[in-house]
Amino acid sequence: MSIAEARAYNTLSEALEKHTGQTVPANRHWRIDMALKPLMRRNSVPDLQTLAALIEIDADPKLTRACVEAMVNNETSFFRDQPNFALLTGPVLDNIRDLRMDKKRLRIWSAACSTGQEAYSLAIAIAENAEKWRGWTVQILGTDVSASALAQAREGRYSQFEIQRGLPVMQMLRHFEQQGEEWVAKDSIRKMVTFTEHNMLTPVRHFGRFDVILCRNMLMYLSDEKRTHVLESIAPSLEDGGLLMLGAAETVIGQTQKFRASKEFRGFYETSQQQENAQVAKLSLTG
Amino acid sequence: MKSCLIVDDSKVIRKVARHILEMMQFEVAEAADGKEALDHVAQATPDVILLDWNMPIMSGMDFLRAYRSTVEVPLAKVIFCTTENGIGHIQAAIDAGADEYVMKPFDRETLESKLQIVGCI
Repeated sequence: MSIAEARAYNTLSEALEKHTGQTVPANRHWRIDMALKPLMRRNSVPDLQTLAALIEIDADPKLTRACVEAMVNNETSFFRDQPNFALLTGPVLDNIRDLRMDKKRLRIWSAACSTGQEAYSLAIAIAENAEKWRGWTVQILGTDVSASALAQAREGRYSQFEIQRGLPVMQMLRHFEQQGEEWVAKDSIRKMVTFTEHNMLTPVRHFGRFDVILCRNMLMYLSDEKRTHVLESIAPSLEDGGLLMLGAAETVIGQTQKFRASKEFRGFYETSQQQENAQVAKLSLTG
Repeated sequence: MKSCLIVDDSKVIRKVARHILEMMQFEVAEAADGKEALDHVAQATPDVILLDWNMPIMSGMDFLRAYRSTVEVPLAKVIFCTTENGIGHIQAAIDAGADEYVMKPFDRETLESKLQIVGCI
């Protein structure tokens, strides 16, 4: 690789990190090349060095944004990490349901939701247990930094390739309609989900508090410092008794003192404050 | 080790599917049509059958109906894997007893997720 090419990769990966916090290690710079080729063709940009030069001076903010969005890792699928997702939609939601029986309101935040498969998987899981959630207000919020990913999420429109990744065929038939080569989420699940743009590196907006926050497979692309920042900024958004779910390869250990691993549910985290409150309550009962 | 019978008249598809399945530590057998597949399952029961729709001699649907009507042998999970991607075909396959459905083209992640759904990994 020439010095000019290496410099171009660095400029582009720095732009990605500046806008989203995501980093691309040098051994994965090929991803940048692959992700940007269609954009370069569309904008008649001859090579990566020219694109990097345009991004460096922010010649066209629309181009910079499109470039960053193209580089963001949007990898996702329905019911991703099936065993963990089954724990969430089974025992974890049952536990939350018991806790919230008075208000009958369930709020879930799918953070860094990409094209929305995680949010719709939650909606499907709840719709498949309609009897259990009858009379409840269920709100699922999906947020992401990428406007183009969110546009697809809002439409609930998936290619044949996307729809069959992780989604059982029976659920596909029940909750999606075929439109040509694409599959579109039916209104019954779309009405349970809303999507809005949010960068996890910026302060959490007034989304309210949530019973479950899913922030999966996003922290792994951030530096240690930014992981801590994200975890600490979402901690106040968790309801008492609520749980944070991270990706299978992610943890809060060594990142923050604000969360501790749930003793009951492996792969889930509660705020340290909650654990302390629970201990005080236990002591006062036994004391 | 789990086992899979790939039933497809395309040598290329059998080769690609075999490669993916062997990477997932499956023991793989092949059949080029439904009749060959019936002969195979009369001898040994795989954990899962990856089944094409359109094949000469005996189609995937005819194989499935014949296989599901067999009661004296343990029944494998059946995943249709076909270019017949219309909702009518998918519903017909499910009604005939398919456990899952893969629309071609597919990749490793798709096949892996479907194998997980039917409990084979």
